[in-house]
Amino acid sequence: MKFRTIAELVEIAESEQMPISEVMIRAEMEATGESRESIFRMMEQNLDVMEQAIHRGLTEDIRSHSGLTGGDAKKIQAYKNKAKLLLSGPTVLDAVSRATAVSEVNAAMGTIVATPTAGSCGILPGCVFTAANRLNSDRETMVRALFVGGAIGYIIANNACISGAAGGCQAEVGSATAMAAAAVVEMAGGTPSMSAQAVAIALKNMLGLVCDPVAGLVEAPCVKRNAMGAAIAMVAADMAMAGVESVIPPDEVVEAMYKIGRDMPVALKETALGGLAATPTGRALERRIFGGTPK
Amino acid sequence: MKYRTVFDIIGPIMIGPSSSHTAGAARIGRAARALFGRKPKKVTITFYGSFAKTYRGHGTDIAIVGGVLDFDTFDKRIVDSLKIARDQGIEVVFRESEEVPDHPNTARILLEDENGSTEVVGISIGGGKMEITELNGFSLNLSGNAPTLLVLHHDRYGAIATVAGILARHQINIGYMQVSRKEKGSLALMTIETDQSVSEEVKAEIEAQEGITGVTVLS
Repeated sequence: MKFRTIAELVEIAESEQMPISEVMIRAEMEATGESRESIFRMMEQNLDVMEQAIHRGLTEDIRSHSGLTGGDAKKIQAYKNKAKLLLSGPTVLDAVSRATAVSEVNAAMGTIVATPTAGSCGILPGCVFTAANRLNSDRETMVRALFVGGAIGYIIANNACISGAAGGCQAEVGSATAMAAAAVVEMAGGTPSMSAQAVAIALKNMLGLVCDPVAGLVEAPCVKRNAMGAAIAMVAADMAMAGVESVIPPDEVVEAMYKIGRDMPVALKETALGGLAATPTGRALERRIFGGTPK
Repeated sequence: MKYRTVFDIIGPIMIGPSSSHTAGAARIGRAARALFGRKPKKVTITFYGSFAKTYRGHGTDIAIVGGVLDFDTFDKRIVDSLKIARDQGIEVVFRESEEVPDHPNTARILLEDENGSTEVVGISIGGGKMEITELNGFSLNLSGNAPTLLVLHHDRYGAIATVAGILARHQINIGYMQVSRKEKGSLALMTIETDQSVSEEVKAEIEAQEGITGVTVLS
């Protein structure tokens, strides 16, 4: 059940005729010696925490300590319910608002599940809960979706990187987007190979994305990148379900992401020295939040 | 493989806002507390790299102190850890270093009380995962993923065989082992990750051997 690459993961799934989630569950059982029940229960607990974070973000008045973020998830939901015509669509906006909700709760130091990181914690729950609503999925399908996302994240983390400090936002929000795309494809009944194509399509559209947090906080632009990551994941999943394939295979997209991350200057890898953090407004906000002391 | 299980990716359950800066930092602080073995009187935390640049906004400071107070990543008390430390009579000092570290998210933690001190260097490698890379001047590679035995010993022949022999007799399997020393013939540190947990009894047996000067068990 050991897999190191996405190609190997798909190959095992196809030859054993099982979904990606099952390959991941079996690999986890082998690696840890834990029972299927205990592994499943642990993942279900993650799903519960995700659900609570979505609920908080969509119902409570969430504000971060800095005041930079909060309240947008509710705004998007209200607009979706009220607007006569939507320019994107209700499913995309549901995923976007849920991803925003979790990300806002994170910025406000609330309880979340790092998927794969805290800075990118909105995307997988945003997509999984939206897909579940849309597809009438049961709890087990949702938990399984987290194992699919986990399998993809596991491969990206071990072959490349998942933190903004190491690889820029493409590594962080990018890997979460790829994970979510693969996860919802399985929920929708797509094949392991379609999940893999969704990974490639989603991650390609995150390549080069820098990590430039304003005032060094996980808020701006992180919350909105979670929102758009969810939108990209949902569309990438639909494209893969339609049979669209990536010209560059998924593992090579991951490798390209890793190399781009290494080539990226340190100023654009979470140090708040460049990008949006270094704009006049970014600097002014930094001074307002932390006082005049240079950081 | 840096990431061993699916829960390294989907998880941990944690207090926001940053898995590297908050959850990973809390875990570094908690490992430091475990290595010190008791509540410290004073903690000096030096931040390097990205930690030094952004620790205030990410709550890295409160997370490490929360870890030193033995809080887990999802413990809501992390938010108030500076105040809790003060109430418990722990003096906390923060320093920012300009030195360029090997890893962008590096922290050095010095824990002290009247009976001694322990200095730990930890790195936060992303997604809430951390590694301890230095303990009292010895370089090591400690992930905290498995039960770990740290044995401080005189750098002489036979010491490693003795410890390995005791573990074997108690049917404890070694998954990973590393020996580091500052210079030949002086003190050395064995870091042994085991598949089974190490009981107090086994620990005492190792401690009683000649040339062994200290044993710490992390589980």
